[in-house]
Amino acid sequence: MKRDAREGLLISPIRNGTVIDHITGGEALNVLKIIGITGATTESISVATNVKSGKMTKKDIVKIENRELMKEEVNRIALIAPNASINIIRNYEVFEKKGVEIPDILVGVVQCPNPGCISNTNEPIDSKFEVLPKGLHCLYCDWMITKDITSHLI
Amino acid sequence: MNHIISIRDLSRNEIDQLIDEASRIQSSRFNDQLLKGKILALLFFEPSTRTRMSFEAAMARLGGTAIGLDSVEASSMAKGETLADTIRVVSGYADTIVLRHPKEGAARLASEFASVPVINAGDGAGQHPSQTLLDLYTIRQSMAIQRVSVGLLGDLRYGRTAHSLAYALSLYGATLHTISPKGLELPSSIADELREAGTEIVEHRDVSEIIGSLDVLYVTRIQRERFPDSASYFKVASSYRVTPELLTDVRDHLIVLHPLPRLDEIDPRVDQLPYARYFEQSRNGIPVRMAMLQKVMY
Repeated sequence: MKRDAREGLLISPIRNGTVIDHITGGEALNVLKIIGITGATTESISVATNVKSGKMTKKDIVKIENRELMKEEVNRIALIAPNASINIIRNYEVFEKKGVEIPDILVGVVQCPNPGCISNTNEPIDSKFEVLPKGLHCLYCDWMITKDITSHLI
Repeated sequence: MNHIISIRDLSRNEIDQLIDEASRIQSSRFNDQLLKGKILALLFFEPSTRTRMSFEAAMARLGGTAIGLDSVEASSMAKGETLADTIRVVSGYADTIVLRHPKEGAARLASEFASVPVINAGDGAGQHPSQTLLDLYTIRQSMAIQRVSVGLLGDLRYGRTAHSLAYALSLYGATLHTISPKGLELPSSIADELREAGTEIVEHRDVSEIIGSLDVLYVTRIQRERFPDSASYFKVASSYRVTPELLTDVRDHLIVLHPLPRLDEIDPRVDQLPYARYFEQSRNGIPVRMAMLQKVMY
């Protein structure tokens, strides 16, 4: 569908990089966190939040210049934005378009909320969670995270 | 690698095989030189009497040797060495490692770094599979485990032995009656999971309302540190105490179990009654742990 000129463009197109579209409204900053982009990183980032969307009532969009996300990074996003779509952009064109898929096991993505869990010590391991329909299951201590997953993101 | 980390890793068939083997061992049908020349490392980072001594005794009865730490303070862990490094090093000294550690998931971590089998002998509030196996073994000495009616009495919130036993009993279609003080109930995450698996769980506040229809009463310790003061502890503890008076109108084949050590949960007068099986249960640690050592080392 062609965009009405009066709406304008909220954020400008990028030449090369990744556009993450259809992020659940309000989750854009968590998406950046989950793929390790902080204020200290060098990428040029554009973020639009709570944009009107046909499919969803409100959505967020993130554009990352000069970085093509890897499959593992993309799949982490599914945790908080299961409807997100990823567009890899090369020379202003969509080179590849893909959905996100929740991985079976999450390694080093989420911190176990159980203070007694061995994964919260100085041992040389990453946290490890199994993704189940009712939540995330810690493969070390059997703790279940059933809500507010974003607050446990590493 | 043949680790035993959690009762939940074992199928019902594997549990039955271990119990059958423990039964054969108890009837003196075992090779007392089976593990001759083998070394068992006992890494206990928390105090233990029964578990540690029974693993040592089990290894000795199979002809093997056990080595271990005298104290955590004397180990390299006290110097800041990680558990992962300790496990890698001890893997080079022994054929199997038995680990008790205060952190939940420690045995799972150990299994990732060990080049020999690891047996979990208790990880914090987590798993203690050898205790669950000997609990099941003790039940089966008296009755079939299938569809047994079990009362779980005491601290069901923090009691790891009750959690593991509940999971294992669900494999046998048991009915679970939970009796616990307010605030120490079976965690809803565990109860929900067991119910989803088809286990019937009935909650009670007073053990006397259900005692007459139980086959097994499994008593666990109510820990004083869970209460704000001694008075409130004694008030609750006394209402969950098993006495000869409580056991006047029960099924003939009822057995009373406790993972020990007990404090005030069971009146010493109960020891003389035919229902008391907790000391036998503790002794059963030897054949059950011998069966576990055979499984992972032979």
